[in-house]
Order: sequence, then structure tokens, then C-alpha cells
Amino acid sequence: MYNFEFKQPKTISDAVNALESDEAQALGGGQTLIPTMKQRLASPSTLVSLTAIPEMKGICKNDDGSISIGGGTTHADVASHSDIFSGLKTLAENIGDAAVRNRGTIGGSLANNDPAACYPAAALSAGATIVTNNREISADDFFQGMFDTALEEDEIIVSVKFPNPSSSSYQKFVQPASRFAMVGVFLSNFGNKTRVAVTGASEGGVFRWSEAEAALNKNFSDDSIIDLSIDHKDMIEDIHASKEYRAHLVKVMTKRAVASAS
Amino acid sequence: MPKDSGIGAATRRREDARFLLGSGRYSDDISLLNQTYAVFARSEVANGIIKTVDTSEAEKMPGVVTVFTGEDFVDVGGNPAGWLINSRNGEPMKEPKRPVLAHGKVRHVGDAYAAVIAETEQQARDAAEKINADIKELPAVIDMASALSGSNFVHDEIGTNQCYDWGWIEDNREATDNAIKNAHHVTTLELVNNRLVPNAMEPRCSIADYNPANDDYTLYTTSQNPHLTRLLISAFVLGIPENKLTVVSPDVGGGFGSKIYHYGEEALVLAAAKRIKRPVRWTATRSESFMTDAHGRDHATKIELALDKDNNFLAFRTETMANVGAYLSNFSTVTPTILHGTLMAGNYAVPNVYVNVKTVFTNTAPVDAYRGAGRPEATYSLERVIDKAATELGLDPTNLRRQNFIKSDQFPYVTAAGLNYDVGDYDAVMDRLEHHADLKGFAKRRKKSEAKGKLRGLGINSYIEACGIAPSNLIGTLGARVGLYDAATIRVNATGNISVMVGAHSHGQGHETAFPQIVADLLGVDPNNVEIVHGDTSKIPFGMGTYGSRSLAVCGSAIVRGVEKIISKGKKIAAHMMETTDDKVDFDEGVFSVRGTNKTVSFGDVALKAYIPHDFPIEDIEPGLEETAFYDPQNFTYPAGAYACEVEVDPETGQVTIESFTAADDFGNIINPMIVEGQVHGGLAQGIGQALLEGCVYDEDGQLISASYMDYTMPRAADLPSFIVDHTVRTPSTDNPLGVKGCGEAGAIGSPPTVVNAVVDALRSADHDVTHIDMPLTPERVWAAMNN
Ligand SMILES: Cc1cc2nc3c(=O)[nH]c(=O)nc-3n(C[C@H](O)[C@H](O)[C@H](O)COP(=O)(O)OP(=O)(O)OC[C@H]3O[C@@H](n4cnc5c(N)ncnc54)[C@H](O)[C@@H]3O)c2cc1C
Repeated sequence: MYNFEFKQPKTISDAVNALESDEAQALGGGQTLIPTMKQRLASPSTLVSLTAIPEMKGICKNDDGSISIGGGTTHADVASHSDIFSGLKTLAENIGDAAVRNRGTIGGSLANNDPAACYPAAALSAGATIVTNNREISADDFFQGMFDTALEEDEIIVSVKFPNPSSSSYQKFVQPASRFAMVGVFLSNFGNKTRVAVTGASEGGVFRWSEAEAALNKNFSDDSIIDLSIDHKDMIEDIHASKEYRAHLVKVMTKRAVASAS
Repeated sequence: MPKDSGIGAATRRREDARFLLGSGRYSDDISLLNQTYAVFARSEVANGIIKTVDTSEAEKMPGVVTVFTGEDFVDVGGNPAGWLINSRNGEPMKEPKRPVLAHGKVRHVGDAYAAVIAETEQQARDAAEKINADIKELPAVIDMASALSGSNFVHDEIGTNQCYDWGWIEDNREATDNAIKNAHHVTTLELVNNRLVPNAMEPRCSIADYNPANDDYTLYTTSQNPHLTRLLISAFVLGIPENKLTVVSPDVGGGFGSKIYHYGEEALVLAAAKRIKRPVRWTATRSESFMTDAHGRDHATKIELALDKDNNFLAFRTETMANVGAYLSNFSTVTPTILHGTLMAGNYAVPNVYVNVKTVFTNTAPVDAYRGAGRPEATYSLERVIDKAATELGLDPTNLRRQNFIKSDQFPYVTAAGLNYDVGDYDAVMDRLEHHADLKGFAKRRKKSEAKGKLRGLGINSYIEACGIAPSNLIGTLGARVGLYDAATIRVNATGNISVMVGAHSHGQGHETAFPQIVADLLGVDPNNVEIVHGDTSKIPFGMGTYGSRSLAVCGSAIVRGVEKIISKGKKIAAHMMETTDDKVDFDEGVFSVRGTNKTVSFGDVALKAYIPHDFPIEDIEPGLEETAFYDPQNFTYPAGAYACEVEVDPETGQVTIESFTAADDFGNIINPMIVEGQVHGGLAQGIGQALLEGCVYDEDGQLISASYMDYTMPRAADLPSFIVDHTVRTPSTDNPLGVKGCGEAGAIGSPPTVVNAVVDALRSADHDVTHIDMPLTPERVWAAMNN
């Protein structure tokens, strides 16, 4: 790790100001950024911690039934909050280990958009809105490929607004070593409409599986998935799984998501 | 003697108090006044010519004290191979020099070519980044078969990538070939024994302290084997006289073999400490551990099993390529040969065995002994091909093994692979296994799994290993360049408590608990009055460290011999005190008595007398009560066992879960059953890790792909079932005074084939025509096997 300055502002505007300095970077729970810095693969000269900003923490239910989660809210807090719908709860409960869950934040996870991260699948499937310090971005526009998002430089995720699906499920098939998602499928059912988002699988990062959505919109049953197949061409290939295997898992996990949605 | 704390008692491990409370003292905990920090510049390419290493910028960086390059070590020796293996044609193996720092060429990712010494670790790291090395990358030699056939050499000066082409036993080759040619049935299997990274919890650490006043050195280092490290540095690498070098290995957080060896970093810190006359320290990062700790296994094998029409084994024939990596680590040449080939008769009365091993240099980290060392490779090949034969012939795999076992009345038994098994009872062990694992109830359990949509499989295995590696005179004829005895000094202090200085080194084995149990039992004293001293060459006799499940069988026996000497001297002192002759003195439960009388003196009184010898007949008895014994056994010991594993396979994803695992072992006599159980648990976890999870992967350019825990899968508690462990079958070793055999590696040796046998069985139950899957059995591999 190289030396750096550390700032811990109390308000969003102070944080935005602090980030304007050269080579400053936002720090959420540090579960991704700090290991990268330890490896000397990142060297921000200033870290602006977002963990002491009360406006960015906590979970509340909005009047329209949607749920807002502060960008600095930890995975552990999401996992244990009673207003969180079942798929999202499962997702948060199964990120990393207790230490990671007690530090890592939803804002950090979404901003990082690791192709194997879990939260992007939930946000995209539920059709969440990413609220930043200066705008609102729909999940469909937010994720722009591996480690790439619609965030501008120095833009902060202040909160995430999740519509509340009538049933949901997150099915994660873990990469054996890292226990990130080798394939993770998030399914949100809004009565007449189902959205299916897949993480871990594609070279292009998190994506919606539209064929599965169409089939499920006709008939919400795991039988609807059986005859579908997904092209493996754009899937990730690494020492843990081939493209074909990942494509296969997308289908299996989707089927299981339908069967277990609650 | 309190029998609840002597030999056979499940005494709690006394060392755990400090480990669990975080008060262990590891190398990295040692902090010396005025110390400096070493950081290495390491190759990012697998193979390359070092054109220039420009250190001028690095030397100007803040805090830098000095910089070393390979140039600085051209005139000193290399790190040697501890065992000479000859090829089938009589030629000695190829031994390219392994320098302290790479010079001329880098040969694997992580190969160190320079080192910076600075005031802080941070400064050393910053400066190491400023070393400008012009390294011309060359194509990497990675795949073993192409390494053997190609003309791109890891070491140009030897003109081949083959270290040796070994045959065992060469005189049996023709008979084995004939047996296979004429057999009723031959089963053939090609398999890979996957390469592993040792992953000791504590990374390697070395700290050198040089004292210019006396021109002597102290090296604190993470070693399983401090005397060997000292010997290698003294006799081969740096030439520091042994009496000027103290090697201290304090608490060591796991080794699994990887800390047996001497590494270049140890020599570097010593040389640096001398140059700058200040202490120099280095602790590996986890990335360095992945890249540079000696890896394990990495064999590619073809094995054939020949059977007659009554299913009797006629022959095993194997051809193996074994990867040694870029340089010969100290025991890399013996691991795939003597420790592997000699075990290729397994537990079986098979008349013909022939083993061919070609050992191959590649542009990867050195490969050496790792928990089990050669014996897991042997067991895996044997027990997989036997299972395949059972499948091909429609036989019950347990019965096929039993039919071919060496029977209990056949011992001592000289196998076709040349070992003399002294005792054993493989059927009795298998009986225990069948009982605990409820093999009869398997069909019912399979039905239950099927009702849940899962495939259930049962895997059986039997294994034998050779432990307590010895004796020196035999291994000498087999090429060993070291002896393999061990040593203990028993120092009875004046106040009656006892210090035992041992050559074995404890880094997880529990010696500090088990060794006192032996001493206490033999002397009739409280084990809490016995302290074990180990890991410091200035305190202990010249022993050979801990590996190969040898500590109890070899060093434990030295302790027994030492205690016997203490008793015999004690009798002389007691005889003097009771005014008789020592042939009339008996010793029992801590009391010396004169036979036929009621005269007695206690052990404590004798000890005190030994050190306050006011009225000693000094012409007959020396003062003091301290004895040293060196023990060199006659033979290996032969622990053996039978394991059973049940797995469930998710047919949709290929995910394997272990539903139960039962291990029945014969370890001979047992000193502390709780420690034995713990050792078996640890071994099983590692073996199951190898079978299902762990795989070290280099790509074709020689980049280490599995270079962190993001990609290298370690076994976790949740991956393992609650083990059932039985060690009630005890055929005492006939070779050592304790009748013990060794238990440290058994679990890692016996479990991989058990797991693979179970998974193959599960898939076959659903009519998949699968006969083998290479480890690790990741979900993808199992899925691919079902869907190819
Ligand atoms: C052992 C381990 C296991 C893990 N397992 C999983 C897993 O199974 N599934 C999974 O999804 N993740 C997993 N993670 C990642 C974890 O969820 C991280 O918490 C997450 O990816 C990053 O969140 P963070 O708050 O730690 O962000 P940081 O590491 O602090 O930052 C990450 C990036 O996001 C930026 N950033 C942080 N907060 C904000 C914000 N509010 N607005 C804008 N930018 C911001 C930072 O500048 C940085 O670029 C694991 C991590 C570890 C160490």
C-alpha cells in the first residue's frame, strides 16, 4: 500500500467537495478497494470515507411501497432489516463472510460493478433506481459492462430505491474459491411482470435474460424455462467454469429461482 | 504414575493454551534492535534472459541500505538436492545449480533476481519497484510431455528437461511386462495427481542477526528442520561454519512439507546481515507464498493392473511424469521415486510391480514433498485403478481388495516393490470400516438421496504408507545425502523436573504434549514436570526435524533410549545411596528399590544427589543426570487403513457434497488418541481439499492463475462432514521400542481416491459411462463428465 490522506466527511456535500481534489477516491466499506490498494494496484492520494454520513445510512419504506437503502448501508444491515424482500435478504446474507458483510456497502458494490458481484443482479432485476448526489439513474441504464457504470467521476451513490416485488428469489452458484457468484440469478415477480437478471456469467457484466422473462410472463412456472437455452458465446470462461457450463448454470439457477420465489 | 496422563492418555494439548490465546511466538513476532527489511524483486515472466539489472535508482531511494542482485552470489554455492537418483541406464540425475538469486536467467514467475534492504518494509518495497531489470521473455516450458520432447530447456547447460528416468525395480521390468502381456484381464487408467499449493497459515519468515564481534550468526526462520537448514547453508550455500551459525525455528504455523527445505531468502538475509552488520528480516506476502513455497504433487500417470481369471492381482505397472519445477528443491528428487515407487504394491500380495518415473523441469515453482509426499500419489493410482478393474469385471470393490490383501499371517512380507512390511492386519481394519460406515445400509441411503433428486455414491479405499523414514544405512544405498536418525537429550534437573531437547520440530503435531507423556510414563513422574525444548540448534542435539510422520517413531524412540540411559545411571546412584550394587536395584513408578528388601529411594532424591555429589565415588559415577541418545531405526513403519466416503452429486450442476467420511487406521500403539484423531481430521481435510477443491494452475505462458484465495480453493469447515475415525486395530510396529507407526499424513494419503471412487460410483448409478474424473472434482468437471 502507498501512503494516502484520509478524510471522513459528515455530509454528502462535504464528501463531494473532498472528492474534487486530484486523485481522491470514495471509500465505502473498503472490502474491494483496500485489498486492491494493498496489492499496489490502486494508489489514490486521498480516500474520502462515506461511512460517517448519516444521510447515506439506513433503510426505509417509502409511501409507494418501495424500499430505499442508503448507499453506505452495510450488507449485514440489509440482511437483518425486516422491510427487505426475500430475494434481497438472501442475497445480502450470502455475501462473503461476516466481516465482509459488516463492512461492505451496497453503494460500493454497485459502484464497483464487479461482474461476479451479487447486488447488481438485484438492482437490475427489481428495476431499482440508483440515486446519486445529483441525479437518479435507472438500473437498466446504470450497468454498462464489467466494472463500468453510468457514474461520472466523483459521483456518489447516495441511496438505492427498490420497488417491492410480490415475490423474488436469488439463486447463487458460488465460484468455489472466492465464493462470489459464478452464476447468480435474481428473479423479481411483480404479478403480471417478471424480471430476471443474471450476474457472474457474462463478459458484458450483469444482464437481463429477456427470453426467460418473456416465457415467464406467459406462464410463471419453472416448466417455462426447460426448453429455453442461452447462447454461451458471450459467457465468461476461466479456470472454474467454461462458457458452456456457465450458460447451463444460468438456466438451472433461473429454474430454481422460479421454483423458490417467495 | 498417573495413568490418565501417560502413554495412551487423551491429554489435552498444552501448547494450545498459547496458540489459542494468541501468545505463540512465531518468527515474525521477533523484533531485533536496529533491524532492517528485505524485499525481493521477482520475475513476472516464467522464462527469460536477464540482460541487465540496474539498481542505481533503487539505491537512491529513501531508507535504502543496500541492494543485492544475482551477481553477488555467483561465487557462492547453490541450494543442493538432498538425494541422488540415478536413471535406469545408470546415469546420475541432472542437477542444475539453484542460486540464492537468479543470475543469467529467471526460470519461474516469482523467481527472485534482486533484493533491497531498507529501514522499513515500505521503503524496501518502494525501492524494489525502482529496480530496472531488462529481462527478455522466452517461451515458457510448462506442459510436461512437451518439456520432454521439445528443445526449449529450462536449464540450457544440461541440454534436456529430464532430470532422470528412473525404474523401480529395474530387474522386475521384464517379469512385469510378461505378466501384463499374458494376463486374463488388464485395466488401464490415465490420471493426473493435481498440483497443490501448501498454504501454511503462517507465511515463511527469516530474520538474520550477525554479530561482528564473534563473527557468528543467528537465523530465526520458519523451518520444520533447523539442523538441516544449518547444514545446507554451511556445507553448500554460504560456507558459514556450522559452529558459527545458530538456526532457531520458534513456533511455526504449519508446514505440510513446504518448510522442510532451505530457501534462498534465508541465505539472502544472512549475507545481507553480514554486509550491513545489522539484523535483516523478511516475511513472505501471501502472494509470495503462492509463487515460491515448494508446491506439491503434480504427477501424470498411466497405470495398468493385470488380473488372472480368478481376479487375483498379477501386476501393477506405472509410467509417471513428475514435475519438479524450475529448480531442484531439497527432496524433490526422492519424493516421486523412493517415496512413491516403493509403495506401488499397496496392501496387496501382488507378485509383480514396475514403476517408471520421468522427472521433468518446467518453468514453474519448485515442487517437493507435501503432506504424504509420494505416498498419496501411489495410493491414488493404485486405488483408482483397482476400482476401475472392479467396475470392468463387475466385482464388489471391497471384496476385490480383500481377496488380494496381504494376510495377517504373511507378515513380515517383502513386497514386489521392495519394502519389508513388518506387521499389519488389513482385513481387521476393513472390518472396522465396514462396521462404522454401515456399508450394508448404503442401498437404503442411496434410495433416500434419489428421492431428493441427488445421486449418491460410495467410495472405498485401502492404503498403506511408509513412515518414520529411515534407516540411514538403507537410504544411503538409495541415494540419500543425509542420515535419517533422530536424537534426544534428557536433562533431569537437580530439583527433579526434566528438560527434553529433541531433534524433531513441532509445528502443529503436539509434541509438547505427547513427548512428555512418554517420559512421564517411563519415569513415573508427572508429565507437567517434563518440558520439551525444540527448534534451536544451540540447545538441541543434531536431529533431523519433522516430516514423513517420523517424529514419534524416530525421535520418540530416541527419547525412550535416552530415558533408559537415565534409569540405568539412576540405578548406579541409587545403589550408592542404598549401599548396594546397581544390579540389585529395580526401578518402577518413580522409585528405586533394592530387590528383596524394603529399601527405596525416590527418583527426585536420586536427581538431587546427582547434582550434589558430596560423597560420590567419582571414579565410578560422574555427577549429573543427563543423557543423549541417537536413534536410527531398522526399517520404515507401515501404518495402513481403510476409508469410506459417501457423496451426493447434484445431477443438474455437478456439485458434490460429502455426506459421510469414515477412516479406520492401524497406527500401531498410540500415545495420545486425541492428538491422533486431530491429525487424521487435518489430513482428511487436506485430502478432501485435493480431491474436490484445490488445484494450482499455470497457463501456457507460465503465469500462475491460481495465485490467491480468489482462485485457489481451500477446504472450509462447511465443506467437510463430521468424520468418523477409528484406530482400535493396533498391530504394534516391531521396529521401534514404542511400537508406534505415525499418523500425520494418513488422512491426506487415503482420502483422495476414496472421494473420487465415490463420485464415480454416484455417476455410474445414473448410468453415466464415467470411469474417471481428474481432481479437483469441481462442479464443472463433474457436470462435464455427465454431459460429454
Ligand atoms: C472475502 C470477500 C468476499 C466477498 N464476497 C462477495 C460476494 O459473495 N458477493 C458480492 O457481491 N460481493 C462480495 N464481496 C465484495 C463486497 O461485497 C464489497 O463490499 C463490495 O464489492 C464493495 O463494497 P465496499 O463498500 O466495500 O466498497 P469499497 O471497497 O470501499 O469501494 C469499492 C469501489 O466503489 C467506490 N465506492 C464505494 N462506495 C461508493 C458510493 N457510495 N458511491 C460511489 N462509489 C463508491 C469506491 O471508490 C471503489 O471504487 C466480497 C469481498 C470480500 C473481501
